[in-house]
Amino acid sequence: MTETFTRKTPELARRHAGEKRFQWLGKAAITIAIGFLLVMVGTISWMGVGAFKQTQIALDVYLDPQEIDTAAPNKADYGAMVKKAQRSKFSDVKKHNDKRKLYKLLSSQAAFTLQHQVADNPELIGQTAKIWFIASDDVDMFIKGNTNVDDSGNAGKLDKKQLQWIAALKSTGDIRTRFNSSFFLSGDSREPELAGILSAFTGTVLTLAVCFALSFPVGILAAIYLEEFTPKNRWSDLIEVNINNLAAVPSIVFGLLGLSVFLNTFGLPRSSPLVGGMVLGLMTLPTIIIASRAALRAVPPSIRQAALGIGATQIQTVFHHVAPLAMPGMLTGAIIGMARALGETAPLLMIGMVAFIVDVPGSVLQPATALPVQIFLWADSPERAFLEKTSAAIIVLIVFLIFMNLIAIILRHKYRQRF
Amino acid sequence: MTTSNPLSLTRTIPLREKIIEKVIYALLAACSLVAVGVTIGIVFSLVFEAYEFFKLIPLTDFLFGLEWSPQTAIRDDQVGAQGSFGAIPLITGTLLISTIAMIVATPLGLTSAVYLAEYAGPRTRAVIKPMLEILAGIPTVVYGFFAALVIAPFIRMAGTSAGLEVASESALAAGLAMGIMIVPLISSLSDDVINAVPQALRDASYGLGATQSETIRKVVLPSALSGIAGSLLLAASTAIGETMIVVMAAGLSANLTANPLEAVTTITVQIVSLLTGDQEFDSAKTLSAFALGILLFCITLVLNIAAQKIVKHYREQYD
Repeated sequence: MTETFTRKTPELARRHAGEKRFQWLGKAAITIAIGFLLVMVGTISWMGVGAFKQTQIALDVYLDPQEIDTAAPNKADYGAMVKKAQRSKFSDVKKHNDKRKLYKLLSSQAAFTLQHQVADNPELIGQTAKIWFIASDDVDMFIKGNTNVDDSGNAGKLDKKQLQWIAALKSTGDIRTRFNSSFFLSGDSREPELAGILSAFTGTVLTLAVCFALSFPVGILAAIYLEEFTPKNRWSDLIEVNINNLAAVPSIVFGLLGLSVFLNTFGLPRSSPLVGGMVLGLMTLPTIIIASRAALRAVPPSIRQAALGIGATQIQTVFHHVAPLAMPGMLTGAIIGMARALGETAPLLMIGMVAFIVDVPGSVLQPATALPVQIFLWADSPERAFLEKTSAAIIVLIVFLIFMNLIAIILRHKYRQRF
Repeated sequence: MTTSNPLSLTRTIPLREKIIEKVIYALLAACSLVAVGVTIGIVFSLVFEAYEFFKLIPLTDFLFGLEWSPQTAIRDDQVGAQGSFGAIPLITGTLLISTIAMIVATPLGLTSAVYLAEYAGPRTRAVIKPMLEILAGIPTVVYGFFAALVIAPFIRMAGTSAGLEVASESALAAGLAMGIMIVPLISSLSDDVINAVPQALRDASYGLGATQSETIRKVVLPSALSGIAGSLLLAASTAIGETMIVVMAAGLSANLTANPLEAVTTITVQIVSLLTGDQEFDSAKTLSAFALGILLFCITLVLNIAAQKIVKHYREQYD
């Protein structure tokens, strides 16, 4: 009898092999999905990490006291002084064309850098000071190894002569790479070596602030009403179906709503974080309502009965006892909704937050752009250096996202209650 | 019995408190109406602008036209001054890319869901599930960048070396990236659905001598079929409404083709390209974006409602 159960037939072996294959398939699918994630994040990090460093070139600049008026040091022609310093460094450069090539090694920002240096240290006037300037994006890409010397002796947009100068600078130690603080401290620019994310980042923070201020209170109050006060009837079913469908409406449709209602009908300012935040807020609303209802449902009925039993009204019961207990869950839902809004790009394109923004927006009414939109804009730029910037901006965006999700996870763990 | 009796168990609520309660109650109701208001707002704003569009272009031309080229005329009398607004190539383009995405995502998502629900131990689940959620949490603009920068050139290179002609903005590249994006959606929804299948069904199957994989294939999956179908419909609706991946990785010119190696455009790409830049709310070109918006809204709404009905019905079956 036992023999029949333990006998290994070829049929059984085949079935067991099938079992192994089936498990293997599941593992393979997960490996593919997670492998893709790792490859994508790995590639982008690898491409973007260079943008956190910046190439700088040192020049000995003679700050001619005859050129600089100590009373109004901002009026002097610093561009000419920088060019002069470059010429004196490479005194063999005579031809007009070559000079222009030489000037192209530095970023167009060089004159401002010098001006700021002089304004900060007026005692330098009359001396020859060694000053580090930001190199142009072509030099930057070459130093970082992103462009290589090809058969004709050129590297990217740099030609043979420029490469010789760079080599000379290298040998005297007058070229270095340093942490790129201007990536975090400046706005967008047409020049890749000067472009930074500060204006886009501020725009994102302002937009999310508006989004939170709109969707969180409305979301939790709506959830409280639907969960605690509405009787189950056709009307509440309709609202329920409506919210579930709203959560699945494509985000671009919310952008169309914003364009048509907020911009065209109400005449709110285009490209402003106010409108962006309102659109994202409406988009986040269903997520917050759904999460908040789940949090309210997790509060046991005994809490409500106890409060009602000692004479609290229904509103008091909810606001003094039920809502505070559900608050961590509601906050977690809100943060997850905001994290989704953070990465949202399409609705912002609809309401004009795609502008070229250099200045950091000071209020929610000024034109602004957002971090994901900045990524979209840079991804469209042809310069090789913008590729690096795009990847770096993606790294910042993902770090921001991880940070928000961490807050949600910590909140959930800290206040996790078992009733 | 008087109300002043200190031992009375009834409390008279003061009038002021009553009024405050009424106000709070009204506020709560108003907030829940905002959600309904948004839906109404969406429908009205889309219908209002699209109505202006259909005054200029007949509905049948829009729905059944085979050509999409919404240029504005420089002179009134020039050839094709009206532009053509046939949505068919956009719909087929959208469907082509979404189909590729579903072909990629369905096997990956379903098999990972089965593995997570039936085989993985609690520890493996605790690692794998958050990883898949990260995949869902990455902004789509990142997928779009990766698709345009890495996937598209790779496919082009592979195709060219195999002697095929591949467009640089092929539907395949956008579809692949989108497919990976919706894997976690399918896997987490299907995971829930598979977990809802009663254990008794599995036990009965094991009792008859079936192996675990046989139980899954012949008992669990057929019982979960309608729920899985619902999750696939939701995933398809997400794919159709997805914008950034296709804006960055798919083409701009409307192309009526079923070849995944050619460039196609989608409804969402056209909405973005029509509305970024100059807008004139009296031209058919700008207004057509809202007609496309209605089209998109209707398609996704039908898919969502169907998916929710199916899933709800499925849950009731096993409650």
